[in-house]
Amino acid sequence: MAELQAQRAPFSCSNFGEINTDNAFGMNDRIKRLRKESFEAIPTLSIERALIETEFYKKNEGKYPVPIMRALNFLEICKKKTIYIGKDELIVGERGPKPKAVPTFPELTCHSVEDLHVLNTRELQPYKISDEDIATYEREVIPYWEGRTVRERIFNHVPDTWKKPYLAGVFTEFMEQRAPGHTTLDKKVYQYGLLDLKAQIEEEIKNLDFLNDPEATDKQDELMAMSISCDAGIVFAERHAELAEKMAAEETDEQRKAELLKIAEVCRWVPAHAPRNFWEAVQIYWFTHLGTITEMNGWDAMNPGHFDQHLRPFYEKGIADGTLTREQAKELLSCIWIKVNNHTAPPKVGITAKESGTYNDFTNINIGGVDRDGRDAVNEVSYIMLEVADELHLLQPQCSLHISAVTPDKFLKAGCKVIRKGYGYPSVFNPDTYIQELVRQGKELHDAREGGCSGCIEVGAFGKEAYVLTGYLNTAKLLELTLHNGIDPLTGERVSIETGDARQFKSYEELYEAFLKQVNYIVDQKQRVSNYIDRQFAKYAPATFLSLYIDDCIKKGKDYYNCGPRYNTTYIQCTGLGTVTDSLSVIKKHVFEDGRFTMDQIIDACDKNFEGMEPMRQFILNKTPFFGNDDDYADNIAIQVYNDLLKAIEGKPNIKGEVYRLNMLSTTCHVYFGKVLGATPNGRLAHKAASDGTSPSHGADTHGPTAVIKSLGKLDQTMSGGTLLNQRFMPSLLKNEEDVIKLASLIRSYFAMGGHHIQFNIVDTATLKAAQKTPDDYKDLLVRVAGYSDYFNDMNDDLQSDVIERTEQEGF
Amino acid sequence: MSYVFDIKRYAINDGPGIRITIFLKGCPLRCVWCHNPEGLKPTQDKLYTKRKCIGCQFCVQACPQGALKLTAEEGIVTDYSKCIMCGKCADACPSTAMEMAGKNYTVDYLMNEIEKEATTIATSGGGVTVCGGEPLMHADFLLEILKRCKDEGIHRCVDTTLFAAEDTVKRVAEYTSLFLVDLKHMDSDIHKFYTGVPNEKILSNIRMISELGADFWIRIPLIVGVNADIENLERSAEFLASLPKQPQIVNLLVYHDIGKGKHDRLGTSYNPEKYSFEAPSEELQQQAMEIFKARGLKVKIGG
Repeated sequence: MAELQAQRAPFSCSNFGEINTDNAFGMNDRIKRLRKESFEAIPTLSIERALIETEFYKKNEGKYPVPIMRALNFLEICKKKTIYIGKDELIVGERGPKPKAVPTFPELTCHSVEDLHVLNTRELQPYKISDEDIATYEREVIPYWEGRTVRERIFNHVPDTWKKPYLAGVFTEFMEQRAPGHTTLDKKVYQYGLLDLKAQIEEEIKNLDFLNDPEATDKQDELMAMSISCDAGIVFAERHAELAEKMAAEETDEQRKAELLKIAEVCRWVPAHAPRNFWEAVQIYWFTHLGTITEMNGWDAMNPGHFDQHLRPFYEKGIADGTLTREQAKELLSCIWIKVNNHTAPPKVGITAKESGTYNDFTNINIGGVDRDGRDAVNEVSYIMLEVADELHLLQPQCSLHISAVTPDKFLKAGCKVIRKGYGYPSVFNPDTYIQELVRQGKELHDAREGGCSGCIEVGAFGKEAYVLTGYLNTAKLLELTLHNGIDPLTGERVSIETGDARQFKSYEELYEAFLKQVNYIVDQKQRVSNYIDRQFAKYAPATFLSLYIDDCIKKGKDYYNCGPRYNTTYIQCTGLGTVTDSLSVIKKHVFEDGRFTMDQIIDACDKNFEGMEPMRQFILNKTPFFGNDDDYADNIAIQVYNDLLKAIEGKPNIKGEVYRLNMLSTTCHVYFGKVLGATPNGRLAHKAASDGTSPSHGADTHGPTAVIKSLGKLDQTMSGGTLLNQRFMPSLLKNEEDVIKLASLIRSYFAMGGHHIQFNIVDTATLKAAQKTPDDYKDLLVRVAGYSDYFNDMNDDLQSDVIERTEQEGF
Repeated sequence: MSYVFDIKRYAINDGPGIRITIFLKGCPLRCVWCHNPEGLKPTQDKLYTKRKCIGCQFCVQACPQGALKLTAEEGIVTDYSKCIMCGKCADACPSTAMEMAGKNYTVDYLMNEIEKEATTIATSGGGVTVCGGEPLMHADFLLEILKRCKDEGIHRCVDTTLFAAEDTVKRVAEYTSLFLVDLKHMDSDIHKFYTGVPNEKILSNIRMISELGADFWIRIPLIVGVNADIENLERSAEFLASLPKQPQIVNLLVYHDIGKGKHDRLGTSYNPEKYSFEAPSEELQQQAMEIFKARGLKVKIGG
């Protein structure tokens, strides 16, 4: 790793020089050029989609039932949008008019002129847009959508009891900005062409019972809309074929001419028909992916799922009949990797200049794992994908290793070697645990085995489930509210119910009970609004193209957002388990057991941000049992909190015939949650990040990674829809082959204990600090944040400090 | 009961697999480059880390002997003529700037700690490593740990200088899966000069465990100015090659001076400064490797 860092220094050579010498083939010249282009492309905002859509809506508003209106709108976009085929490209298709040109979705949330200016000029993650386009947007788009967006519908509805805690940062709401998302596709994409799906839809329409089924009319609307969406997908591909043919006619280079004609042939065939070979299989996935993110801006994470398993038959057939070589397969995979990287996440509205997010749209490719019969599914395509991920090391897509007990060590080791490179991915998942999670939720065993993870760490039954993340719950803030009787100490405002004056509490149990009351009350507030939002999307923003690919939407005649999927799960993600556990441990031990401090002292210290109380803070930091050290005292508190969060959330109806469930992911929200949080009893200072996922608080784990996994292993992880464990490793821990094998053993050990997920940041503090000082020299420094990786330079100061502060697991 | 100055989990450099390493306190050698000086004395030591000190003087107030005072230059200074190692200063210190090295543990306690790593040990093909100080200084205690681990099927490494009575080594060998043996110098006088003891006993014990058929690794710290010269390396290699059973591997450990910080914390002086020790160059490391390889020994930089 020392060598790797030495190589990494100047950005100009490390990205585009001789990157990888480990693999037999490496990137060919085409891939090097495409990668460079993608890497250097500057994200821009494209107003094209908004203009087409606004014009269409102005002309047609009120003429059609909603699903048909949505499908016709999608068809219109596919007919009119600019088609792009880049020089060198083999896999084609862009959501915008060119790479990294991001459309807006004004029907959901309409950017204001000010938003557009901020996006254009902010320092971090800017999206460039010309003054002319802003003027056009102001003239053509904004006036029409005023009062018509889903976001406005939502904010007009929400009660004060929701708004107050929402504004105080007690929770977030995903769907106020984007449509419910986190969707992953399954093998169906490669089994049916859109013409086949159209035939299935016709059949379902024929079978509708208009005499007895009160929903038959609605189903007909939805099915007709799905059928129109099939047409849209075909038109979109045909237009690529036409352009490719036209470009071929003008092309003088014979090789490129042949490639363009091949592209045309592929686009004439898929997605209208099922793919016949590897190239078509890769292209059909890409068209399907583009369709879903063009019709709607579903909350990130459109995923191919078990891509290596889906492509395997095409690969093996091609190799067997001599129509495909390993190098060709790798080149095509590299092409789609770059395509994903071209698709920057749509930016938020209502942002401030300082606020930043990520360009990452969280596509996560599952590699390895088990097949539908529970057997090892690792195959040659899995290894090729690891090579591609390693050589290209782009921001997107990220990939994950799926390591079941039946997964061969050879694959785990190959994956660990990529982990060692320090890109922040692949993350590692345990199918043996997540299959149990899914089965416990009521999924059929085979459906569960075909499931996996999407986005960060959340799992679902691929191709059969809408698993909607509704937002994060700031559990540390709930403890703060408990200590202040429902008042936010940062503003002095009441944001939650009264649960008693904590200064008067006589026992730990009294405090804990008050905390649970806060949890339950806030979960109720959040749920009520999430349910409302869910219905808004079902009614006003059906996703009729996505619905084609999720069982059983066609069979039921129902939309993805309207109970069409076989499984419909709604999650609330809880953040800050470590912060809450450690804070409770402090109070339990030092106040109610040892009597060293009083409740007054603890609350005063938090209110004063421990100013002038450094000895007290140091005592707390160093002499309290904290989560992550395999110490039952703290771990038992964590188990209790985890189980009670589960109780508070799970089982409440989600108005889709199923229930809410617990998830423990945090993404970057622990930084925001920390910002709106005063000092906490565990010695964490005000506004510093809260703990992420189910990881220990920063710096709290002092007994090494095996103690951390032991602590985490004590939680019954099968009860949630995902836990998150972030471990930062110094490169020195992974110097040689044997160290890599030991890392693999650490992963196996955690998974034997029932771990769901673990990920590693392989960097050292010196590198990170250097990167803070001279960012230009470290432009390609990828860091695992919390469920995904991001460029260190693209993070704001808080997030950077957060990464630096995470416990280093030093070897000597 | 014996004094333990550290228990390290996820130890990945102390034998095969992922291990838990137990550091027993006390050592008969006084290697001038010692990296774990807090392991030298068989009784408790006090460590003070100035960087962590917040100047609250809780320790000064807690000291029953009046042995501590706060200075501007060095932070807390201990008058060791008054200090009775009672540990009250460490208890009072909120920031762990003041710490005691060495806790008296029972074998039961240690077995409980080892048990915590059961899954990791089993999964990684790891085990327990007992090191020091010099674990053979506590032969009975060591033997009890080894026997208990053997009963439970846990792999056992003993990291030792083998500076001990022949009979002790024999008894321990019976319950040891793998010895990690230090070899510092082939010349007894030089050995004595830098470590305080001659090497005859060590060399004969190495030969003995080899004759007994025990598995062992040899670890040689490569220190320019002490033992990293060609002559000594060749003699070392010849000696090892002449053994009836050769070491499974020879680890050449590149010298580094992390010991310095610990000496500062202990309040002891760090001698290498007056000897100007150096780490071997890349070239010398390669040369050293070749010397061992040429005699058919398996050798590796690091371990």
